Amino acid sequence: MKCQKCDKAATFHITELTGTQPLEHHLCEEHAREYLNESSEQNDPASTLTSTLSQGMAKQMSANKAATELKELDQQTCPVCGISFYDFRSRGRLGCPNDYDCFAKQLDALIINIHGVQEHVGKTPKRTGNDSNQRTFLIKLRRDLNEAIQLEEYERASKLRDKIKEIETE
Amino acid sequence: MKIDGMLSQLSEWLLGEGQENDIVISSRIRLARNLTGFPFITRATEQDRRSIRDTVQNVASEMFEKDSFYFVDLELLDSLDRTYLCERQLISRELVETDGARAALIDRNEKFCIMVNEEDHLRIHGMTSGFDPEKVWSRINEVDDKLESRLQYAFHNKYGYLTACPTNVGTGMRVSVMLHLPALVVSKEIDKVFRSLQKVNLAVRGIYGEGSQPVGDFYQISNQATLGRTEMELIEKVNNIVPQIVAYERQARDFLFKERYEIILDRCSRAMGLLKTARTISSIETMHHLSSIRLGINMGLLEEPDIPVINDLFLNTQPAHLQKHNGNELSQTERDIARAKYLRHKLGEK
Repeated sequence: MKCQKCDKAATFHITELTGTQPLEHHLCEEHAREYLNESSEQNDPASTLTSTLSQGMAKQMSANKAATELKELDQQTCPVCGISFYDFRSRGRLGCPNDYDCFAKQLDALIINIHGVQEHVGKTPKRTGNDSNQRTFLIKLRRDLNEAIQLEEYERASKLRDKIKEIETE
Repeated sequence: MKIDGMLSQLSEWLLGEGQENDIVISSRIRLARNLTGFPFITRATEQDRRSIRDTVQNVASEMFEKDSFYFVDLELLDSLDRTYLCERQLISRELVETDGARAALIDRNEKFCIMVNEEDHLRIHGMTSGFDPEKVWSRINEVDDKLESRLQYAFHNKYGYLTACPTNVGTGMRVSVMLHLPALVVSKEIDKVFRSLQKVNLAVRGIYGEGSQPVGDFYQISNQATLGRTEMELIEKVNNIVPQIVAYERQARDFLFKERYEIILDRCSRAMGLLKTARTISSIETMHHLSSIRLGINMGLLEEPDIPVINDLFLNTQPAHLQKHNGNELSQTERDIARAKYLRHKLGEK
């Protein structure tokens, strides 16, 4: 989804509940900051109920109150694919299936905001992958392998290659 | 190139058949799926992308009848052919424009297509003429089942099918219906429709999907939320709203017929006269006039041509289609001349 004010990905989904109708805004970080600054100047803060990504993360941003906490959440990194939550917020795309668990705390609020609910009730695959953790581990192993090759650590690379092959043929 | 075979046929979704086909052009559904064992596309290496592409190609050749589909490697296709597939609404602009290993598995009858390595590893989408999302769902659900019997999808007990963007998580399903709403545009009622759709959390887009401008009075209406509802509930949501918009468009057409007869007849007749006689014409202007002619036919103001002829013109006057027919690349000026010639020929003028 694109930002309503520019071509960047919308990473902030804000529902304004001040008027008679709820108003939705989908904005990039820069425009969300601008929007929140504007609205906090214009409205009485007590009457403004703004629910945003990461349970009022942007609100904290404008208040500069919990900047360190926000920074910590942003810097949290997925051990499998290596993206930080900040990377996701700026690109609007996750890096691997494990991000849904790794960033669950941050994503839950966002998902509620977009879908209104958190639980899937539709179709489920008939093949339930008992080995899905192993498959996720493969992503990490492949990433490590690339790194080992780049660092010319050939012995490590060879071990990783064997491990990958083992999981792939299971 | 093998995709040239498509030139002689009209895509199934453009046949002008199916329910409410004077207003509902087509119904589409897409499913977003990702494979386990690979990162999502933004983190995928070229090696990952190639493995995904090859895995899907192998599974497809096992699961689908030989000769029933084209497996198109986008890297081997020149830019004109890629745009051509996009104009037929088989692949997205993103798949046309990005680099790296990517492919499209296209059903020969153009009833479904699987994009590989677009925003998600797999984007399965199906389409049909007229208003019938259930038919499309049963079609692509079957395709999804076949793929799933050999592929392991990234699936989460709580969140459902996992997607690169959380806006698609859950069912990964987008149901969209393409509507032709010229009377609501003429009578300036269209904004009201949009506002009411936004209230019920449905999205309105132009003809080529996200971010595109409405051209030729065509609009796509689709669900926003993908999580927490079953696939049938998502279809029902769209199914409940479409007949209301159709009725509203018909009401606007009745009003034009009763109260603005000469004005609307003038608009349709001029459009026909212009397309029959123009010597050079842009794609946008063509779409605009074709929309008026389509309206004129459906309101009984114009006797010919038939709707499939109009649909043919919508499809074949687009830039890449014109160039494919012509057999070589054309400059914009040359395209505008070729387009006018094609229109004169098809509308019976020499």
